[in-house]
Amino acid sequence: MDLNTITDVRDARTREPWRPGDAWLGGGTYLFSEPQPRLRRLVDLSRMDWEPLTRHPDGSLEIAATCTIAQLSRHGRRFLDAPAAPLVEQCCRAFLASFKIWNMATVGGNLCNGLPAGPMISLTAALDGSCLLMAQDGSTREVKVADFIRGAGVKDLAEGELLRSVTLPGRALECRTAFRQASLYGLGRSGALVIGTLDPVDGSMAVTVTAATTRPFRFWFPLPPTAGRLRAVIDAAVTGPEWFDDIHGLPEWRRHMGLRLAEEVRRELTHTPGEGAR
Amino acid sequence: MSFDIQVNGRPFDTEPRAGQCLRTYLRERGWFGVKKGCDAGDCGACTVHVDGEPVHSCLYPAVRAEGRAVTTVEGLASPDGELHPVQQRFLDAQGYQCGMCTAGFLMTTAALEAERGTPHDDGKLDDLPRAFKGNICRCTGYRAIEDAVRGVRHVERPGAGKAVGRNVAAPAGPQVVTGTARYTFDVEVPGLLHMKLLRSPHPHARILAIDTSAALRVPGVVAVLTHEDAPDTLYSSARHEHPTEDPDDTRVLDDVVRYVGQRVAAVVADSEQAAEEGCRRIEVTYEELPYVVDPEEAMRPGAPVIHAGKGPEVRIARVENNVAGEVHGEIGSVEDGFAEADVVYEETFRTQRVQHASLETHGCVAYFEPKEDGTGERLTVRSSTQTPFLTRRALCALYGLPEDEVRVIAGRVGGGFGGKQEMLTEDVVTLAALKLRRPVKLEYTRAEQFYGATTRHPFTIGIKVGARADGTLTAVQMRVVANTGAYGNHGPAVMFHSVGESFAVYRAPHKKVDAYSVYTNVVPAGAFRGYGLGQVTFAVESVMDELARRLGTDPLVLREKNIIGPGDAMHSPIGEEEDLYIASYGLDQCLSVVRKAMAEDRSAEDAPEGWLVGQGTGMAMIATGPPGGHYADARVSLLEDGTYDIAVGTAEFGNGTTTVHEQITAGALNTTEDRIAVRQSDTDVVRHDTGAFGSAGTVVAGKAVLLAATSLAERLRTLAARHTGVARHLCVLGAESVDCAGRLVTLKELYEAGHALGAAEELAADGHWGGSPRSVAFNAQWFRIAVDPGSGEIRILRSVHSADAGKVMNPMQCRGQVEGGVAQALGATLFETVRIDGRGEVTTAAFRRYRLPQYADVPRTEVHFTETSDAIGPLGAKSMSESPFNPVAPAFANALRDATGIRFTELPVTRDRVWLALDREARRTRTVGSEDGRK
Repeated sequence: MDLNTITDVRDARTREPWRPGDAWLGGGTYLFSEPQPRLRRLVDLSRMDWEPLTRHPDGSLEIAATCTIAQLSRHGRRFLDAPAAPLVEQCCRAFLASFKIWNMATVGGNLCNGLPAGPMISLTAALDGSCLLMAQDGSTREVKVADFIRGAGVKDLAEGELLRSVTLPGRALECRTAFRQASLYGLGRSGALVIGTLDPVDGSMAVTVTAATTRPFRFWFPLPPTAGRLRAVIDAAVTGPEWFDDIHGLPEWRRHMGLRLAEEVRRELTHTPGEGAR
Repeated sequence: MSFDIQVNGRPFDTEPRAGQCLRTYLRERGWFGVKKGCDAGDCGACTVHVDGEPVHSCLYPAVRAEGRAVTTVEGLASPDGELHPVQQRFLDAQGYQCGMCTAGFLMTTAALEAERGTPHDDGKLDDLPRAFKGNICRCTGYRAIEDAVRGVRHVERPGAGKAVGRNVAAPAGPQVVTGTARYTFDVEVPGLLHMKLLRSPHPHARILAIDTSAALRVPGVVAVLTHEDAPDTLYSSARHEHPTEDPDDTRVLDDVVRYVGQRVAAVVADSEQAAEEGCRRIEVTYEELPYVVDPEEAMRPGAPVIHAGKGPEVRIARVENNVAGEVHGEIGSVEDGFAEADVVYEETFRTQRVQHASLETHGCVAYFEPKEDGTGERLTVRSSTQTPFLTRRALCALYGLPEDEVRVIAGRVGGGFGGKQEMLTEDVVTLAALKLRRPVKLEYTRAEQFYGATTRHPFTIGIKVGARADGTLTAVQMRVVANTGAYGNHGPAVMFHSVGESFAVYRAPHKKVDAYSVYTNVVPAGAFRGYGLGQVTFAVESVMDELARRLGTDPLVLREKNIIGPGDAMHSPIGEEEDLYIASYGLDQCLSVVRKAMAEDRSAEDAPEGWLVGQGTGMAMIATGPPGGHYADARVSLLEDGTYDIAVGTAEFGNGTTTVHEQITAGALNTTEDRIAVRQSDTDVVRHDTGAFGSAGTVVAGKAVLLAATSLAERLRTLAARHTGVARHLCVLGAESVDCAGRLVTLKELYEAGHALGAAEELAADGHWGGSPRSVAFNAQWFRIAVDPGSGEIRILRSVHSADAGKVMNPMQCRGQVEGGVAQALGATLFETVRIDGRGEVTTAAFRRYRLPQYADVPRTEVHFTETSDAIGPLGAKSMSESPFNPVAPAFANALRDATGIRFTELPVTRDRVWLALDREARRTRTVGSEDGRK
């Protein structure tokens, strides 16, 4: 929709001083989807020409904040040579949004929205991703995705601070993964999304619960836990109000689905397939 | 800075506004094929290609389109006009109804086809639920869209006089698929001003002062209208043939606001941006008043009185108790009836607040045009309305204007579902236009549709039913409370209708009702497909199912034992409807279809392991038109070129009545539909039309068209006889000419002859129908479902619908009405809810918060029509627009009961609530079990 209070769109490359009423413009798919009466200027990131996806020599994958979902999806399906690659497409498809939105929406935008159902949060939190953040003065810092999101829509992001990229460590990409999603609707917004990763090097397992909870919860186990232990750990860590309560699912159901999907993920990863793994 | 963009091969260089999206940029350049459905990226109606990539243009920053090539639906066909194959397939399958979503589906499908076989292809075209995640259609239920994508052809071109009963294509099809059909806002009006509304932040407040000075200083703002500018006249936004059906409780702009979202002031400016800014600058001083959002509380003594001070002349039943309307009645004695019963079952059912969600929002454009007689100007209001004539009547009454000073027209309307049987924008826009003598437009946003329009009435139905051991009903009693919200538009009428046919369809010697339509400080409810029947049918059909279970009887057998038969009178405790007849009876056939489907069904085998499987039925009866008269005038004329013209008042919003009117005319005049044009929904074209509501498009307007066309056929034969001297009975009307015993008089020649003979008036004929007497139509729905007890997920394994539409005029279109009705009802059954908070404020004012059925949610429904022919309806036809909605929710709830053992009494039945109920039931059973063990 038209954002009628916007008076100017600035090119982010000019690095002008940040003002109240400024907002970073990534894909625009969130900003233009709701009235933004407090905003006056958009600082456009579309000409930064950041390489959307970079595989570093250490095996890690750096995803620019401006990488579109469509670019990420194609990379995951066609180019990413890693056991965890299928997870990329699974998470892209967990979007409520159409593939047409994927052509515009960015990975960074999804992270910075910080919504519990943000599937890029699920993906990057599960694969132990780290956010590279740039302050207005040019200084940078890194924070784990699981810590970057602090609550429903609440991020560890200062005014004017910019998410530059998110990096998935090579070790995480080498993991076998399992993915489960639940929604109230057919192909709808996630009410619970759980991802498991099994590290082939040391046999450790991580289970990341998102969408059911107000923020991502990543549980790491040196060895795959029993069903009882997994359930107990999750239930102990996620307090009552952290089971998300909104129109896309009752918190009791989300807790149930979070635990159920976690167990399904655990079982999938501990059940050694007939062939293919290890 | 220069800007350049190519749109459909044409260069444009106007620089967009900084915060402008591509959608409005394109529309401002005249590309009206780019539609607004949600303006928030959810519905896909605005899909365009940017450098070949499909995007939702409402989210695309226009500034980013610099240097790019944009293709809209207008650019999809080749430059020489040859349709894109996808456009042709949507025509062949008639993959649309109102057509507001069609451009989006076309552009999406075309992009997928272009992607096919490229490295980017990820198989979406083989996986349509995924491909169409971002495309919402509110009308069709998606089957027709699937057929269009897959290249299934449905439309036919029957020969002269053979159109009735065939799949004739909707005449607007070519315009719909090329983006050239003109909807309400698809017009350019020079000097147009834009209106935005300031809305109340309080559920109930008195306006003490409004300071408009800062708003008026905003550059571009032309006027700010408040209650001080509005007439004192009270009226209802509801449109009925008889305005006295609704309480007169509304002012154009009031000094008391009664719900969060009620309009407080209107700002008119030379741009929407300036009008919006003006709204932000208005300072209002409110005195907050106590409020009430629950209808039961609202009726209690001491509750805040929402329409305090209004007198009996406004026709509110009990102002002091917030009762807009009520009805109480009893046939026999239910007390005796329950005493005679072997089983008595009592339960309370609740239905939620639902929005129509027509893809075209409310709104209108008012402008002045010279009167034809040269005596100055008159006001023309182009509106997204189902009732142009009644809206003119209301505007004239409100502003003291004679009818020849006001013209109301509807372009193609982008969906209605009852929501546009209402005057929600024309009143305030006319106020501004008359004051400024300038053209003014108001176009609702999607969010305003949720908090500033109307909803379906939420109902609470307390129902008690008694039956003998053999299944014979002895008594039915209901207490119905309908929440009409802050205003009573349609409130009493919906309440009356809700307890009419729903009671009458079952025979029982004793019936009693107490029904209330109650004011609350919430967005008003209004007319909605089914008009109250669906809510009460949910209760009645759930109870019949439960009763059968308690009696150990097949629910179908119980129904068959107690439904009215073809010779029965229809008894409702609110009294007889004297003009209502069973002029054809197909309910037995409807139930037979269900019985047959159940007998042969093997779909339970498709249920995943561990899932619970169940089946259930619902049925409903509906009058084929509203009570108290529903009028339509039609005129059919022979034109100079030998083709025909139909003038009819009713509006087209995807219901397909225009097609049916052509078919009826083609039948009567023994011609083909391509020789007929229709002018419609314009107060200039005929004397009167009550409107396109109450499923009246075929049975009322269609009947008027039939009478006119039949009369014209007779006149033309008479004229041909006079012209040729051949005996009249030897003159046979054909598509091209009249065959007068071998001498062919072409229709052009006949037209000339008519003028030469001084009988020009014989070249046209009028038809009129008063909508009375009326018949009844029947529907039954059957589902088999599977429920995952571990998640609450429900799969519809099979959906069967039988419809008694009398003689079906156009099976393809009628099937579409049924499928669309089932889909819309499934939305209301499975998830749709307009949520409000404790202050009555709507919290779900966007499609991503108010889930509409999407492609992935809607199963294919098998549609069966009964073999009936109605004695009243035109050529045996009955209505079939609203009624398919009504049996769906109870059929689903009954299947859920069958699968899970749990009776769900509240809609919607979302997965989380289903799981929660199953979980609680399992815990309860475990607890009971362990207690038993200890004993």
